[in-house]
Amino acid sequence: MGQAVLTGEHFMTGDVACAEGAIAAGCRFFGGYPITPATEVAEQISERLPQVGGTFIQMEDEIAALASVVGASCAGVKSMTATSGPGFSLMMENIGLAVCTETPCVIVNVQRSGPSTGLPTQGAQGDMMQARWGSHGHYEIIAMAPSSPQEIFYQTITAFNLSETYRVPVMVMTDEIIGHLSERVVIPEEKAIKTVSRPRAKGRKDRFKPFQPGPNGVAPMAVAGEGYNIHVTGLTHDEKGYPVMTVEAQTEMMERLVGKIRNNLSRIIQTESYQMEDAEVVVISYGVSSRTSMAAVEEARRMGIKAGLLRLITVWPFPEDLIRKLAPTVKALVTVELNLGQIHLEVERCAAGRTPAYLVGHPGGTIIPPDQVIETLKQAIQT
Amino acid sequence: MAFWRVPLDLDEIRTSRGIVHILENRCKGCGYCIEYCPKGVLQFSSKFNEKGYHPPVVVKPDDCVNCHFCEIICPEFAIYSIEAPPS
Amino acid sequence: MNQPKKNPAHPLDGLLRIDRIPHIWCPGCGIGTAFSSCLLAIKESGIDLQNTVMVSGIGCSGRGAGYVNLDSYHTTHGRAIPFATGMKLANPELNVIVFSGDGDLFAIGGNHFIHAARRNVDITVVCVNNFNYGMTGGQVAATTPHLSKTTTTPMGNPEAPFNLPLMAYASGSSYVARWTILHARDLMESIEEGILKRGFSFIEVLSPCPINYGRRNKEKALDTLKIYQERTIIKNDANPMELDIDFDRGIILGKFVDAERPTCSDMYDKTCRPQDLLEEEKAA
Repeated sequence: MGQAVLTGEHFMTGDVACAEGAIAAGCRFFGGYPITPATEVAEQISERLPQVGGTFIQMEDEIAALASVVGASCAGVKSMTATSGPGFSLMMENIGLAVCTETPCVIVNVQRSGPSTGLPTQGAQGDMMQARWGSHGHYEIIAMAPSSPQEIFYQTITAFNLSETYRVPVMVMTDEIIGHLSERVVIPEEKAIKTVSRPRAKGRKDRFKPFQPGPNGVAPMAVAGEGYNIHVTGLTHDEKGYPVMTVEAQTEMMERLVGKIRNNLSRIIQTESYQMEDAEVVVISYGVSSRTSMAAVEEARRMGIKAGLLRLITVWPFPEDLIRKLAPTVKALVTVELNLGQIHLEVERCAAGRTPAYLVGHPGGTIIPPDQVIETLKQAIQT
Repeated sequence: MAFWRVPLDLDEIRTSRGIVHILENRCKGCGYCIEYCPKGVLQFSSKFNEKGYHPPVVVKPDDCVNCHFCEIICPEFAIYSIEAPPS
Repeated sequence: MNQPKKNPAHPLDGLLRIDRIPHIWCPGCGIGTAFSSCLLAIKESGIDLQNTVMVSGIGCSGRGAGYVNLDSYHTTHGRAIPFATGMKLANPELNVIVFSGDGDLFAIGGNHFIHAARRNVDITVVCVNNFNYGMTGGQVAATTPHLSKTTTTPMGNPEAPFNLPLMAYASGSSYVARWTILHARDLMESIEEGILKRGFSFIEVLSPCPINYGRRNKEKALDTLKIYQERTIIKNDANPMELDIDFDRGIILGKFVDAERPTCSDMYDKTCRPQDLLEEEKAA
């Protein structure tokens, strides 16, 4: 058997680190389709998966790619796909299928500038709202935002763990800049990596209800071939999995799907605080823009501005409570992101007017230079 | 039965006989079994089932040869035949 | 004598979710018969039922997955085949049967069909062809005969339909057959052969849609079955080029392709897996 965990020090790009993180997490199926700048994830994993007993397939389009991932996951295998904006748009319907059937899977979006074909080789962070609301209907997902190849390695593992724990699709929202950046990546020993697998069905096969929630709100999963004879459908269904076309069934199912995330926020949301203890103005950022923000906050501190950085590691679910509590204690919140204001809308919403919310945004194609953030910090601190 | 030449095992030939069972409440009155029974064993009954359809009724029980065609043509899993015990 | 037993059990009840019977299909709809033949084929083939799954898409035929008492997956419109591909590759022990309709498999799902056939994924695809989109009220489909009336072709279908067995053959399918619901026995045998066949098996089954297609084209259910009786020709090994649906010449039914080809998994194992790993697994 080939080595699943390439323990050691590496100099690798974000895309390659993502593939290695997936394999370390136990991913053994990848259904993909080439798209700049995510292609390298597929290329790396196409070589590595057979070495560890997994299967790679390049499907005919992104719709088929995610469909095959959802199918493989239903057959019991940890599965992933990687794409960028245009492919992400194509995957939306099957994201809904994964949400409704509560099938764990990881979708990596190495974001590039949009809309439409956009700037295929240049990064942005313009798909953040789409990650949350892209599919039709109301639902909850989890999205992570790594800011370095090292982080991509670890966050892909976390993405799998969260996906398996909560039986929900988890997006790894990276971008072309990080995806194509080569940096030092330290891969630990296999035994140091904690992996989680979906809760499995137990008990009498004839009495098993595939969507009856356990104590944490998540139903144990029966995988194909175990003899539970489950029915899995995207139609609104009851706990037996049978389609039920009533208002009551819809209400119950939605409470279950949304509840399992909303009732576990403290176990899902991850943020990182830097110099926040006495901060008068807080920068909120994620992914590649958080590197800009870190540089800006450090420089601002040298200039005497009491700036702090709140880095979102999980962007969705959004840390609403944290922002609500933070807003009245600071002079301003400044969101830095490579789009024209998406997470900024969330910050503004949660600040609810108790403090001004500024945006340092850019439609993409480049990294926001720290100077721009510092200019805004200077402006923000004067109010 | 008339034969051109009498088979040597004529005494042993037995035409199969069947008994038709109808799950009346599953029937939707499509008429396939009635139309395609090769022996004309079935007809529409005048009674109504739960959903208001007329299920079939066996009118020529002795003619059923247990061919199972009603069973395989029925879209509703509402009719089947079993071999009649030798009488 | 001939009395209905109290609570009699139909021979296929073991494979049905009887708590959901009667099913939603209309009186005279052929999907029930096609489905029944499929269940009988599953039973007769002797395959391990625990490892058998049914995958479907959206549409009337797609509802079939909801009635079979096996692990069943009712997926998104047109995407049953890539879903099934993922399942089969993740667990090659599974017997995967796709049971869906002509609109789902060949219009929105057309691209996925041809690629799965090209790859020779070891699944069995049963396509119930009722010449329209039944579930949504009877719109024109890629298989609707020229000049037929549907709700979106009220003046008659201006387009020519697909020749499904030709598509399957051209894409590389290992097994191709076409029957009608009237030829239920032949259909059952073909599905059984398809299930037991290693490789991509495709069975098209023509079916009446009395409430939608039939009603708009002046065909009652029994009229359609009469067409199946009188205007079909059984011609095994016919040239796929002549399998277009032509009611005047007669619709050709039969088994057209039964070829041996290495499956998707066979070729992946041989080409992509490290050979020493495969040997280790065989030894284990």
